Amino acid sequence: MNDTKEQALKIERRGEVAILWMDVPGKPVNTLSSDFSQQFAEVFDKLEADAEVRAIVFASAKKTGFIVGADLELVHAARTEEEAATLSRDGQVAMDRLEAFPKPVVAAIDGPCLGGGLELALACAARVASDSKATKLGLPEVQLGLLPGAGGTQRLPRLIGVQAALDMMLTGRQLNAKKAKKVGLVDEIVPAAILIDVALEHARKLAARVPEHRAGFLDKLTDKHALTEMALTKNPVGRKVLFDQARSQLLAKSRGNYPSPEAILRVVRIGLEKGMKAGLAAESEEFGRLVMSPEAAQLMGIFFATTAMKKDSGVDDPKVKARPIEKVGVLGGGLMGAGVAFVTATRAKMHVRLKDKDDAGVLHGLGHVRAELDKGVKRKRLTRQDADRLMLDVTGTTDYSGLKNAEVVIEAVFEDLELKRRMVRDVEAAAGPEVIFASNTSSLPITAIAEASAHPETVIGMHYFSPVEKMPLLEIITTDKTADWVTATCVALGKKQGKTVIVVRDGVGFYTTRILAPLMNEAAYLLSEGVPIERIDGSMVDFGFPVGPIKLTDEVGIDVGAKVGKVLVAAFGDRLSPPNGMERLVADGRSGRKNGRGFYRYDGEKGVDKSVYGVLGVKPTNTSVSDHEIAWRCTLAMVNEACRCLGEGILRSPRDGDIGAIFGLGFPPFRGGPFRLADSVGPAEILNRLEAYEERFGARFSPAPMLRKLAESDGKFHREPSQGR
Amino acid sequence: MAKKPAQGENKAKSKATKTEASGEKRPAAKAAKAAKKSDAPKPKAPSQRAPALGKSPRTDRVAVVAGLRTPFAKQWTAYKEVTALDLGRLVVRELLDRTELDPREVEQVVYGQVVPSVSAPNIAREIVLGAGLPKNIEAYSVSRACATSYQSAVNVAQAIGAGVIDCGIAGGADSSSDVPITISDKLNKALIGASKARTPMARFQAFRNLRPKDLLPVPPAPTEPSTGLTMGQSAEKMAKENGISREAQDDFAHRSHTLAAKAWAEGKLDDEVMTVFVPGRYQTSIRRDNVVREKSERESYARLKPCFDRKHGTITAATSSPLTDGASALLMMREDKADALGYEPLGFIRSYAFAAVDPGWQMLQAPPYAAPVALKRAGLTLADMELVDMHEAFAAQVLSNLQAIESDKFGREQLGLSGKLGEVDRDKLNVLGGSISMGHPFAATGARQITQTLRELKRRGGQFALCTACAAGGMGVAMVLEVAR
Repeated sequence: MNDTKEQALKIERRGEVAILWMDVPGKPVNTLSSDFSQQFAEVFDKLEADAEVRAIVFASAKKTGFIVGADLELVHAARTEEEAATLSRDGQVAMDRLEAFPKPVVAAIDGPCLGGGLELALACAARVASDSKATKLGLPEVQLGLLPGAGGTQRLPRLIGVQAALDMMLTGRQLNAKKAKKVGLVDEIVPAAILIDVALEHARKLAARVPEHRAGFLDKLTDKHALTEMALTKNPVGRKVLFDQARSQLLAKSRGNYPSPEAILRVVRIGLEKGMKAGLAAESEEFGRLVMSPEAAQLMGIFFATTAMKKDSGVDDPKVKARPIEKVGVLGGGLMGAGVAFVTATRAKMHVRLKDKDDAGVLHGLGHVRAELDKGVKRKRLTRQDADRLMLDVTGTTDYSGLKNAEVVIEAVFEDLELKRRMVRDVEAAAGPEVIFASNTSSLPITAIAEASAHPETVIGMHYFSPVEKMPLLEIITTDKTADWVTATCVALGKKQGKTVIVVRDGVGFYTTRILAPLMNEAAYLLSEGVPIERIDGSMVDFGFPVGPIKLTDEVGIDVGAKVGKVLVAAFGDRLSPPNGMERLVADGRSGRKNGRGFYRYDGEKGVDKSVYGVLGVKPTNTSVSDHEIAWRCTLAMVNEACRCLGEGILRSPRDGDIGAIFGLGFPPFRGGPFRLADSVGPAEILNRLEAYEERFGARFSPAPMLRKLAESDGKFHREPSQGR
Repeated sequence: MAKKPAQGENKAKSKATKTEASGEKRPAAKAAKAAKKSDAPKPKAPSQRAPALGKSPRTDRVAVVAGLRTPFAKQWTAYKEVTALDLGRLVVRELLDRTELDPREVEQVVYGQVVPSVSAPNIAREIVLGAGLPKNIEAYSVSRACATSYQSAVNVAQAIGAGVIDCGIAGGADSSSDVPITISDKLNKALIGASKARTPMARFQAFRNLRPKDLLPVPPAPTEPSTGLTMGQSAEKMAKENGISREAQDDFAHRSHTLAAKAWAEGKLDDEVMTVFVPGRYQTSIRRDNVVREKSERESYARLKPCFDRKHGTITAATSSPLTDGASALLMMREDKADALGYEPLGFIRSYAFAAVDPGWQMLQAPPYAAPVALKRAGLTLADMELVDMHEAFAAQVLSNLQAIESDKFGREQLGLSGKLGEVDRDKLNVLGGSISMGHPFAATGARQITQTLRELKRRGGQFALCTACAAGGMGVAMVLEVAR
């Protein structure tokens, strides 16, 4: 690491302008590492001393982008708030120096410019960006539970205005070059080929002090944006309105579970009211506090886990390689099939042959892909030409023609074992002998589907979540017979489709469906005890879930839930049995949102459909159960089942279990997943609580053997703690 | 021959497994393929003045490996919101899917369109760029009126015959629903004038001479630039000069519909016509030609009024091919290439000939001039033909063509033969219907005829067939097809 010191920043002279090339050796991307501040200082000392240098262009020598942020490992390794705050202050010092540098520095940005990278660019005298698709500017710290700690909270609002800056910092949104130019984040956008030349020109002009046209007061009066901005920020009343509104909006969303957005608001406001210096001091202080917060620890843990998963082939043998895929068959043009077709064609850039049993099915599938593409065009993510071209990558058929050269066929037909087995036989008759048959079932055992196959080693489960375009998780299910190359190939395919992929072993309900069931059952038990639906869902949302379990039942379909429930009970017994009476809902013709009749109203009115209590024969008057109990009973039911999955070898690792629950089921990210949650509470404490519940509610809370073992040995699920302490 | 760089090792692996995979492909495939990959010098095709004159070495024949078309739809019906380019892309994409060909094998695309497109003048190249083909495949567009996809097929055949390529795609597409509506000449000149003007006054001046009627859009003119007659008027002229009766024309059109309906009912066309899931909103699909009368009744033909010469004419809408939207495509290879890849071709292009007559005489009468040349080049006679398939622009035109072919006088005086070219057995003529009943998307018809005829020839166990088409401008084409025996 030490010899990299001299090499990360290199000076190249171009006449009176010096190009400072950043190229962190041995790393695929540029990050700001621990020794950056020192190197930075050395280089700038040199540049300051060199009288012949009159201006500087700061650029990346890497093709992978400008700077993707600070080295997160470094942040994560901080042991105390003070240590973390010092990291922030070091960064601030470097950026202050850059801003105050006597010679103008121009940032030449091509590719991602994120986090600390953007903070560096903000401290430059000017920014020129390439118009490439890869160019993205953003401050994503909030997504990790942090805030921009190198002056970003102060410089961004000053450059582009408070409203735009808050939007960027509170959402972590990344702007493309065009948008960045529009909000004033960059001064010019040019084709990548002339980026350095234009940046050099900029630098020369600045050095020659060519007077730039500065917007005067009168200009500002005619500029509507500037006027709003002034009204909102320059006077205390407007400022209060702006910040109060932002705060109430984010609280409605975060339910107070995420401290970093509030911290960002606070720090920005201090900077505006008390000046840059006070703002920077507040920034580093809050940064230190946030780095040490359990929320940030979990969020950073998730980041590290997903980063590691990007490199995980899905099989343990490193010699196994994924086979190349050019064509994917999709059976079924319903919502799932169409979604899979969409992500395969548009993200994985593969040709898709979409088969349905009739024209109407194919039309639905193609129509869905077209509609999704049109959305992309409307939101300017795609050009019309790209959309038209991508559309042609999905062709429809009602027979098995055109599947012979497909490497993978993914079925998304009706959840019926016999039907799926027939698909296996049909596909194997129509396609090549090494075609992978992947079933997108959410509950049927893959082993049972594979029984129909002449070569069961090529049969696998690819469980997508609906809507496929949006949901980030893909659960891949392997049987005892699934060949490693098949698993690796499907994992690679899933990643290309933009998914976070976990690989689990076959078993009824796999992992996600299985751990969701006890949570939803527990919500049903609470309901049967007379706890009002709003309170059940509300407590869970407050706990950090994106939707409450009762609402989720409506979304998934009450009938579907009942059907899956039966399969799970058949396999696991009463532990996974819902309370009596739930079957009355199905008998009452309630399927949930899809037929407009469920726990909630779908007739244009909001809220719970009160008639549901009558059907269930309960009175929603129970006030004795606390919000805390509601949330923990439901959550622990899930955590306990997750422990069973780990113990039974369904899961490959606690990491996969955490990521699966967060990305597939909306488990609160700041709690880190079922296993991280258990670790932070302590397995022994989880065991205690479960045993207490078992006593009160019966065997469904009987603790998983693995949990008991771990609690007894005083161990933890994760070997490495998510918190850097 | 320079091979595309894309064809690197990455595909080689999956290819190897693939060849073993497909049971129907021939075992010879692998070895031949391997030989090719090792850059062995390719046997040079003998240079020929005319294609496939006489008996050529069997491995050098130009094979039609597969053919496909969209259902043909009457103007402004199923493909109302679809362009010719859309149709062309769909059919080429589907052809590749169905043949399961590695698109990297395709070296050239020649495609045609008759109704000009303002937005995509080189339809062939746009098809390459839009239909999942590697972007380094060169492509150009051709136009020879109603013989356009004969022309594209001939161009690919010539490239194969000359040893330039081994594998190419030919075809054509047209939309009569998507015709460019233009502005008047005067408005056109005024707009260009205004854009060149340097002062506001000059800009104003440019529009000075415009009259309100000059602002009206100009519908596409169906008339021949050389004669000022429409296609229908030319056919009407032929009907009169050749004495083709109204009754004979009605008989022929009725026959065309009856045979086409029968062919569809018997499933004979199923494998050569794809289902189109109509792009745009994807609300409808179309499986069959919507021009064909399921139950054609002879009496109904007699009821119609002539449409080109209302007073003395004999040609009606029912005895003319309708304005139609559709697309077709052919996958073509040199015979040994098809063999190496394990394909069993539909058949081969044995010979062809184009001819032209003075359009002011009988504009659609060129096929009888082309046919004897093609037959001579094939070393065959009309009697050797198991099938004859003539493009049906008008019943009167088909009957006029037949009259000439079967006339001793015409044979002697026009073709320099000792007598007539021959007789066309009506049981072998347009046996599955033709353009009158299936429709006629100008550029798509030729490839439709080629595919349809080769498949029927195979079904019948025949060996040779003659296809002809007349085309605007007084042109005509004849092509001799053969299947392996």
